[in-house]
Amino acid sequence: MSETKALETMIGEEYKYGFTTDVEYEDFPKGINEDVVRLISEKKDEPEWMTEFRLKAYRRWVEMEEPSWFNATYTKPKFDKLQYYSAPKNKPKLNSLDEVDPNIRETYEKLGIPLEEQKMLAGVAVDAVFDSVSIFTTFKEKLAEAGVIFCSISEAIQEHPELVKKYMGSVVPANDNFYAALNSAVFSDGSFCYVPKDTICPMELSTYFRINNMNSGQFERTLIIAEENSHVSYLEGCTAPMYDENQLHAAVVELVAMDNAEIKYSTIQNWYSGDEDGKGGIFNFVTKRGACRGDNSKISWTQLETGSAVTLKYPSVILQGDNSVGEFYSVAVTNKRQQADTGTKMIHLGKNTKSTIISKGISAGKSDNSYRGEVKISKKADNARNYSQCDSMLIGQTCGAHTFPYIESANPTGKIEHEATTSRVGEDQIFYLQQRGLSEDDAISLIVNGFCKEVLKELPMEFAVEANKLLGIKLEGSVG
Amino acid sequence: MLEIKDLHVEVEGEGIEILKGVNLTINKGEIHAIMGPNGSGKSTLAKVVAGHPEYEVTKGDIIYNGESILELDPDERSHAGLFLAFQYPVEVPGVTNNTLLRESYNTIAASRGREELDPLEFDDYIREKLDLVEMNPDFLERSVNTGFSGGEKKRNEIFQMAVLEPALALLDETDSGLDIDALRIVADGINKLHHEDNSVVLITHYQRLLNYIVPDHVHVMIGGKVVKSGGKELALELEEKGYDWLESLATVNGEAK
Ligand SMILES: Nc1ncnc2c1ncn2[C@@H]1O[C@H](COP(=O)(O)OP(=O)(O)OP(=O)(O)O)[C@@H](O)[C@H]1O
Ligand SMILES: [Mg+2]
Repeated sequence: MSETKALETMIGEEYKYGFTTDVEYEDFPKGINEDVVRLISEKKDEPEWMTEFRLKAYRRWVEMEEPSWFNATYTKPKFDKLQYYSAPKNKPKLNSLDEVDPNIRETYEKLGIPLEEQKMLAGVAVDAVFDSVSIFTTFKEKLAEAGVIFCSISEAIQEHPELVKKYMGSVVPANDNFYAALNSAVFSDGSFCYVPKDTICPMELSTYFRINNMNSGQFERTLIIAEENSHVSYLEGCTAPMYDENQLHAAVVELVAMDNAEIKYSTIQNWYSGDEDGKGGIFNFVTKRGACRGDNSKISWTQLETGSAVTLKYPSVILQGDNSVGEFYSVAVTNKRQQADTGTKMIHLGKNTKSTIISKGISAGKSDNSYRGEVKISKKADNARNYSQCDSMLIGQTCGAHTFPYIESANPTGKIEHEATTSRVGEDQIFYLQQRGLSEDDAISLIVNGFCKEVLKELPMEFAVEANKLLGIKLEGSVG
Repeated sequence: MLEIKDLHVEVEGEGIEILKGVNLTINKGEIHAIMGPNGSGKSTLAKVVAGHPEYEVTKGDIIYNGESILELDPDERSHAGLFLAFQYPVEVPGVTNNTLLRESYNTIAASRGREELDPLEFDDYIREKLDLVEMNPDFLERSVNTGFSGGEKKRNEIFQMAVLEPALALLDETDSGLDIDALRIVADGINKLHHEDNSVVLITHYQRLLNYIVPDHVHVMIGGKVVKSGGKELALELEEKGYDWLESLATVNGEAK
């Protein structure tokens, strides 16, 4: 049916980021054991406590079972064939952009992320992570003036060990789950951000993750800490080349918000999703969690998930502080043979805590799209409230959409509201819009855009444009 | 302006014939009314003229401004000035009326080499049109047809017609569901939009609409065919006698329903 064809041109458009960059890599043994873990730590010149952290995690991981409770089927990664560390050769201590490998610089240019500060969108600082290694962080000095630390996690381990030691693993413990444990053992790099007390971070912070090396897994680690009365908005973008083989991406992101602090974390995930037949693509197995430690703190996750062959991802918020707020806004688009099992967990511990979940799943082609969410209200969480809305949209007849909400309330004053809908982009809807003059593509774009509106408007402006491009959607007018 | 010749139509892929040789000619500036019992094929005819992909033309032709439009997509027909007010307007959640209409207006304008309007200009333009059908401006910011009452949906269709200014408007049971005052307002609006260069086809079950909008021609469809045509007095006759006396005409050519 032509409706499906139009969608293919829209969502299934040729993957534009599928190119490979020619760089020389450092040699590193394949497979994993304690020596490999030590070697990673050694390569990074890490202090003893960090090496210990890794080893402990590794020992836990060895004893853990790979999970399989989710709604996805795939061939499990061969952990003994993977390469757990991949760094471009000639990676000097970078003091200026001129020292970045020109090929890698060009890669970021091609991705539309120039690293030259003057060329960048005003107000966005970027940390570029290429394979496992942070390549360059922009606007460092300007941020330092405001007291904000924004650097790679490797650098933070060297320069701010007391902060890393205090917070790393405090939200996602090393033994939290199979992939988090693996990440804790072998994580290679990622971003670190610390916003001190009474500080509004003067610009958007962002990290662009790029997997280039075919055989490497990518294990980044992100840690964001917002002290009392601070505010930070953080963006994350991801792309990868097209390979026939699956690649593993298992990141851990931890957020900590103290009293009155607010963290807004946005993601546009566009890893390569494999071909028509489901060959290749990224396994995106990520643990993202935020802790609202302080009273009146707020953590907000916004995600636009369009890529990856298999996505398992549940950005969550632990609402510890009284009156703290957790939000989850998600659009997950699957096409071809993609499988996404994504959602959130909101754990209410403090009094008067509030959480909002808005999830929009769009499935097309032969894909499968599941929402899985858990809302838990503990005994002491008086007057906790949750509102969840999970909508699924189906395009064509061969895709699937599922909703798995779990609710657990141990406090009678808690209020939980859950709404869910499933709709199909119908021939009649498309015909109606075409009758009004819109092309079939534009009609579908408009319908999808309308469907996702509540979520897309949560993205920061700098990302909104990219998000709309990604969905093949025209921006709605600025008037009224 | 529009010439429908011996039009036979089946539901795509199912072999069920719904239109069985429709003939109809509509000239520029004319108002036509099509009446007929439930299931006689009125809406199907309107949708086929607008290019609905669910139906397949197996025989005959639709000539618009001298050329066959059978090969044109629905949006191309729309660009050529065809408008269909739906019997059951479709909901598009999350897309405001305003957004849809500006996209529609500008897409059609661009296809005709006319100037597109920026959001501010469009806002001025659209406000005039609201007045024409006495529609509350709040409807501009509401999602297309979503949660609209039956009557509001119908009024909204005519509002869209006012914005897009089509050369040929097919209005499928626009009067059904409108209260007495709304019927008068919407009918006035249609009369104001009508002029010597455009044509209107009213599909209706009720003679009353034709008191407000006086047709040049009235047609009766039964069993997938136009079985009788006449002037506006035909509508009064139908009101009085019903359709029974015409049923036999549907099978006159030896082709049973
Ligand atoms: N897609 C379809 N599949 C099967 N039958 C169809 C389809 N579309 C229309 N029909 C049938 O064709 C006949 C004509 O339908 P149509 O909607 O054109 O009638 P109508 O004259 O507009 O009726 P009403 O006055 O009730 O609106 C009906 O019997 C209807 O059930
Ligand atoms: Mg009808």
